[in-house]
Amino acid sequence: MRTILYILQKEFIQVFRDKTMLPIIFVVPIIQLLVLSFTATFEIKNVNLAVVDHDNSVLSSKLISKFSGSAFFKLKGRAVNYKEAELSLKRSDIDQVIVIQNNFEKNLNQGQSTHVQVVTNAINGSAASLMSAYANSIIADFNREIIVEENPLVNFGLPINVQANFWYNPELDYKIFMIPGILVLLVTLIGMFLSAMNLVKEKEIGTIEQINVTPIKKYQFITGKLVPFWIIANIDLAFGLVVAYFVFGITVLGSLPLLFSIASLYLLAVLGLGLLVSTMTNTMQQSMFISWFLLVIFIMMSGLFTPVESMPNWAQIFNYLNPVAYFIKINRMIMLKGSGFADFQREVYLLIVYAISVLTLAITRYRKRV
Amino acid sequence: MEENNIIIVENLFKKFGNFTANNDLNFVVKSGEIFGFLGANGAGKTTAIKILSGLSKPTSGKVIVAGFDVNTQSNKLKQNIGYMSQRFSLYDDLTVKENFRFYGGIYGMSAKNIRLKTEALLKRLDMLNYKDMLLKKLPLGWKQKLAFSVAVMHDPAIVFLDEPTGGVDPITRRQFWELIYEKSSEGVTIFVTTHYMDEAEYCQRVSIMAEGKIEALDTPSNLKKQFNVNTMDEVFVKIARKVN
Repeated sequence: MRTILYILQKEFIQVFRDKTMLPIIFVVPIIQLLVLSFTATFEIKNVNLAVVDHDNSVLSSKLISKFSGSAFFKLKGRAVNYKEAELSLKRSDIDQVIVIQNNFEKNLNQGQSTHVQVVTNAINGSAASLMSAYANSIIADFNREIIVEENPLVNFGLPINVQANFWYNPELDYKIFMIPGILVLLVTLIGMFLSAMNLVKEKEIGTIEQINVTPIKKYQFITGKLVPFWIIANIDLAFGLVVAYFVFGITVLGSLPLLFSIASLYLLAVLGLGLLVSTMTNTMQQSMFISWFLLVIFIMMSGLFTPVESMPNWAQIFNYLNPVAYFIKINRMIMLKGSGFADFQREVYLLIVYAISVLTLAITRYRKRV
Repeated sequence: MEENNIIIVENLFKKFGNFTANNDLNFVVKSGEIFGFLGANGAGKTTAIKILSGLSKPTSGKVIVAGFDVNTQSNKLKQNIGYMSQRFSLYDDLTVKENFRFYGGIYGMSAKNIRLKTEALLKRLDMLNYKDMLLKKLPLGWKQKLAFSVAVMHDPAIVFLDEPTGGVDPITRRQFWELIYEKSSEGVTIFVTTHYMDEAEYCQRVSIMAEGKIEALDTPSNLKKQFNVNTMDEVFVKIARKVN
């Protein structure tokens, strides 16, 4: 135990003597939180719309004004013909083209049907389906108005009245959804990189050899290497929660002690993984690349940006090995829904197994013999 | 007789694949002796010193250091040896005092003992005024003397020095050897590798390795007689040439 304290003392002195460390610990998380919360969003706003109006009538302008009046669309000029619109679609100047036939007004006035063509740039599939859905609902709305105008006496009330309630995030604010995930991201980055760099640094400067001739035990050394970053990452989480509260007004609905207990458990897994990488590599460069490789995959598959449920089956199975996925899920549940232990106990047990396995592996992989 | 031998090596082999780094080494080092372990680059010295200090396991053979078998008792062995390698081994971003405290701590010394030892060793080096200085601010020769002091801080029975004076100026080298002699006079066994043949003359006995084998082992004066030359330098060259 005394040995571990001496290692801890040394590690803390080294961390805080390094002048780049404090900014990394406190400035980087704030920037991540502020920048990512505002930019990592799937909300569709400001869709650039071009209109090809072959009819130029009162009704066609009425339809167009419905689009320009909506918050989602920005009318980017009117194209004279479809070719011109297609060209700007190609240049990505516009995202969507609405083509109105000539005879649009005439047909409608005569009680006949007519066509409106909607062309959407679908390079980003999910954005395209949203744009197309918005456009369709505006046109449907317009359609209904015309029918009501033409037949004022008929009651077109819908047989089923759908009332939508959005729970846990009533205003569908993307930031509320993203922040718990970004907090996970931030403690993961700090924990993984600091631990992955630390042990291998001793290998690079050669001090590991001196450590290896001392009677120090493997578990003592690994513990001494792990605890400082474990504490620092927990402080970072607390710091991130404070920023989330003051900047975005997000409070933790669930239990704070529960959140920190699970964060501590999760960090053991992440730090263990970082140390494992550190024991398997010989230079900081190798360690950095492998950590990046793992983190990019873990983060992209974690459900931070896209729901895990819509990933292919093999990816969902892979996510059993992805600690980030567990904690993002749990953190969203605690912060946004106020869930308790019983709601995610399966994930907690899996995290415990994960942490134990990774740490055991790191301790056995770290060889005191050359 | 056995008790007097602090290092006993019998039929030591170390193989890396097809390459035999240590080919049937047999020697003993007496307690309190200054033992020079010489050889050209790649002769297998570092491999042997790593086995003796418990960093590496022999492929086969018996190796007893300070009474402990390197195969089975490497942790007890480590408690009783000091080690200083050619790669600089103290922490540059810690102060002199913090380095002593850290290494003293992991050898299980008491806080009081660490303080007393640090004080005494720094006083000997005339460096008490620099105890709160970061190590990276000190010149190489000073650092090497500090590294030696740290290596003997926990009173080991034997100290392994792997080219301790590499890159150090002649005056500092001389001072370094004074430190070695002092420790030796306290009964500590010194096991040292070097490429400086004047340093080989300071040793009580030297062995010279070539291509994984010990080609010669005796006192410097006997070796010179045996090879009929005047300096250790010539002894070294003759052995290296004979093998090539």
